Amino acid sequence: MIRAFGYNEFLFLLSAVQWTLMLSVIAFIGGGIVGLFVALGRTSDVKPLRLLATGYIQLFQGTPLLMQLFLVFFGATVIGIDMSPWVAAAVGLTLNTSAFLGEIWRGCIQSVPRGQWEAASSLGLRYPGLMRYVILPQAVKVAVPPTVGYLVQVIKGTSLAAIIGFVELTRAGQIVNNATFQPFLVFGIVAAIYFALCWPLSLLSQRLEARYAAPSR
Amino acid sequence: MALATEPTRNGIAPAMSADVVIRMEGVQKWYDQFQVLKDIDLEVHRGERIVICGPSGSGKSTLIRCINQLERHQKGRITVNGVELGPHHRQLDLVRREVGMVFQSFNLFPHLTVLENCMLAPLKVRGTTKAEAKATAMRYLERVRIPEQADKYPGQLSGGQQQRVAIARSLCMNPKVMLFDEPTSALDPEMVKEVLDTMIGLAEDGMTMLCVTHEMGFAKSVAHRVIFMDRGEIVEQNTPEEFFTAPKSERTRSFLGQILAH
Repeated sequence: MIRAFGYNEFLFLLSAVQWTLMLSVIAFIGGGIVGLFVALGRTSDVKPLRLLATGYIQLFQGTPLLMQLFLVFFGATVIGIDMSPWVAAAVGLTLNTSAFLGEIWRGCIQSVPRGQWEAASSLGLRYPGLMRYVILPQAVKVAVPPTVGYLVQVIKGTSLAAIIGFVELTRAGQIVNNATFQPFLVFGIVAAIYFALCWPLSLLSQRLEARYAAPSR
Repeated sequence: MALATEPTRNGIAPAMSADVVIRMEGVQKWYDQFQVLKDIDLEVHRGERIVICGPSGSGKSTLIRCINQLERHQKGRITVNGVELGPHHRQLDLVRREVGMVFQSFNLFPHLTVLENCMLAPLKVRGTTKAEAKATAMRYLERVRIPEQADKYPGQLSGGQQQRVAIARSLCMNPKVMLFDEPTSALDPEMVKEVLDTMIGLAEDGMTMLCVTHEMGFAKSVAHRVIFMDRGEIVEQNTPEEFFTAPKSERTRSFLGQILAH
């Protein structure tokens, strides 16, 4: 029988937000860590590393996120690992995020003028120190606005985890809709919640961009 | 080649000729098909000051950038301070920490203060203590006469001040040799003198210096030897007196004619 959309249904949607947020945070942190190595590989002087990182980025940017989630979820089963939708979504989103962040950060690293690398090298700094003390601190300044901006993509991307059965905001919307059969209302509210999460981040990204675009101190 | 005359300017003479800091033998370098360095032979003695000049594209910057391997050479041997530059990083590290370099565009680290710029390499490369690195940094900032700017960021300084900080930053590593790659070319005219004065001060202290520059006044008053390069070759080298008054090659004469004409 069809239920009416009431306060409880709304609360159910709201409580699903925590899973969307948690999945986003995991994808962002995991993707950030892996993405840093992808960016370093992409800007490396070592050709095999560069090719490997490029291939990785191409692979994840050139296929739909949904297919990546499917491949992780069903692929794990094929090789005999029983992976929960939760882990599969976290792994899939982490990999996907790392490829995109890696490519964004590659550009930020390369935006640091060549002279900075040369000055640091000529002072005797080797790659780890050169990166840590000279290049990355300058690249981070450039990287913050697009990275915050990309976080919006990550949050929206988590909605695809609904399809492999992970109950986050979108999946919760489907469940509520199946019971109430008020798709316009239910998905309108789901979309509004996504908007409430993403819009502040977009604004923040724009503000950061304006701030960092100002002449440096 | 042997020096035409024993350099004794300012009472500083390079010690015995065995005291070679940099030796380049048959060094060649290509960018794809284009040969930028053709069979370069050069010996730099301790305490010697050399000015390298030549038209743009003559390979003069590439030559000094090969000494600390910012550019790799493809043929020949480069020995710095007894260390031959080979494919192993350890050798490269040994060389780089003994060779200071000053760039045309300063290349100070914009996210660090002047003091932090000067302390970074001693701390992270030499592993000195913070107090020691700071003391050294302040000593050299005083020497280039800007200790009061220590806590500012490079962006807050004039070009001339930035270049003096860059010199101090290199000196903090206590280098055996200083390479200068057109250090005054990016400066407004009124700031050239303060940088040249700093370099002259270094020269008076007996620093071994290789300077790519078009400041012929500096060459005349400071250099033991002037080298003229054209199309990747060392065309002529001589004492400044001989070089400016009696250039041997036609290419040198025409180059000097162009830069001294105005």
